[in-house]
Amino acid sequence: MDDRPRQPFNPLLACLAALAALFFFFPLLGLVTGAPWGRMVSVITSKSSLDALQISLIASLSSTALALLFGFPLAWMLARGQFRGKGLLRGLTTLPMVLPPVVGGIALLLAYGRRGIVGEPLHKATGLSLPFTLAGVIVAESFVAMPFFVITAESGLRSMNRRLEDAARSLGASRWTVFRRVTLPLIWPALVAGIVLTWARALGEFGATITFAGNLPGVTQTMPLAIYISQSSNKMDEAIALSLILVLVSLVVMIFRRERSGSD
Amino acid sequence: MVKITRPVEWRAASRDRPGTRLSARRRSTRLVAGVCVAVAALALTACSSSSSSPAASGSTSPGGASASAKPSGTLVVFAAASLNAAFDKIGAQFEKANPGVTVKFNYAGSSSLVTSIKQGAPADVFASANTQNMTAVTDESLASGTPQVFARNQAEIMVEKGNPKNIKSVKDLANPAIKVVLCAPAVPCGSLAKQVFEKAGVTVKPVSEETSVSGVVTKVSLGEADAGLVYVTDVKAGGDKIEGVPIPADQNVIADYPIVQLKDAPNAAAAAAFISYVLSPPAQEVLASYGFLPPGS
Repeated sequence: MDDRPRQPFNPLLACLAALAALFFFFPLLGLVTGAPWGRMVSVITSKSSLDALQISLIASLSSTALALLFGFPLAWMLARGQFRGKGLLRGLTTLPMVLPPVVGGIALLLAYGRRGIVGEPLHKATGLSLPFTLAGVIVAESFVAMPFFVITAESGLRSMNRRLEDAARSLGASRWTVFRRVTLPLIWPALVAGIVLTWARALGEFGATITFAGNLPGVTQTMPLAIYISQSSNKMDEAIALSLILVLVSLVVMIFRRERSGSD
Repeated sequence: MVKITRPVEWRAASRDRPGTRLSARRRSTRLVAGVCVAVAALALTACSSSSSSPAASGSTSPGGASASAKPSGTLVVFAAASLNAAFDKIGAQFEKANPGVTVKFNYAGSSSLVTSIKQGAPADVFASANTQNMTAVTDESLASGTPQVFARNQAEIMVEKGNPKNIKSVKDLANPAIKVVLCAPAVPCGSLAKQVFEKAGVTVKPVSEETSVSGVVTKVSLGEADAGLVYVTDVKAGGDKIEGVPIPADQNVIADYPIVQLKDAPNAAAAAAFISYVLSPPAQEVLASYGFLPPGS
């Protein structure tokens, strides 16, 4: 599939690509050079930083798992289902990608908050209330990040060659076997890409989280919230140090993904 | 099992390229790198010269920044979020009184504004919601002249309309059954809350520490939190879903709002004019109508 002759070298393309690379490189360099290297260890190992990192990891991984559990069936229905209003459903799913996250947070409050459409009956019946809890953080992150998984998984399901499934079926494989041995391997790269995108988006989530779940160190304060609070408290050093951890964690995952999926 | 694997030839093909092509490529790469650097340098100088020219022309006109110089051009005011409504009105009045001046406001938590100013944001005037954040600016000699207090504000408890939890005093906020939302300690409204609680001798455990007063207002007005501690002016501007529970004077804390001209102000003449306008009776009337206390009482 790739034994075409090498693309001729295009100076204009290379020049623009180099400028794009530099555009991304300088902000990273800025963080690295602006970091308080002498105090790095003490900032990172402070209780508030570790708490924020822990909450960030728990919440982003949980919302990624939820995105898989609920998002994959949704992607399947969008790609394979035959029903009316599919376009509408797809629009609804992508809504959180368009909404400013703060508005998303307010919408979440109006729906799942203590006085929300769903939240109020829930609160009356069980006494449970999502805002200001870790569960609230996970809900906010899922709302914002799950669309990335749904969209990627759907396009993976759409672009795969379905005749391979038909062939397997005609050779006597059960539906489950076809899914496991044919469909899943074919859409695997799309699923992995979707998982990584979703997780990355959840990890960086700020607006919906602070609006819906609030900001309390050790309970709902994720890394981005801790970074924003330090930044706006004239503690730029801490903000940069925390940002670097976030960048490092994401870089490791991105590189690991490229290596594993062999696309580089 | 069907598995998609990349053809083996692909990697092999990409590896055994003739050496001659490589060196040719290296030469052209160097050429392109040169062109790129030239283009980037050109772009950068173009940017910097275009951005420096208006600044230069701006600083020449108020060259003799004497009081008699008529202010003109754009004035950028960095103001605490709690001043939003009042300053919008004062800004409009100031523009009317000084034709030729356009006032642009940047409202945010005072501590965020300090961060921007330290990073070199092109602001002319800074109006802070407390003295600490003003000191952060004057300590780094980023201000020109001495800050002047132009208004004062005090704390009030914000509750849902009708006060369903029957909150009567600061002490009630210590009840763990009451969900209290505060500003983060570094934000002026957060440090105000801390002082009020210290004065009342209570420990309040909030469910959230918001980055600005508006986060507190949102959560109380949507019924998510039972109470918040904000400024009197926020309760006044907060709409019909909330109401205030006043804090008696002996428990309350009064916050000074200082204003100052910044040292690197691109439009120093307009900055000076705006500050004296804010201290003048018409502006003071506006501030009073939004619930602010006069500076000297």
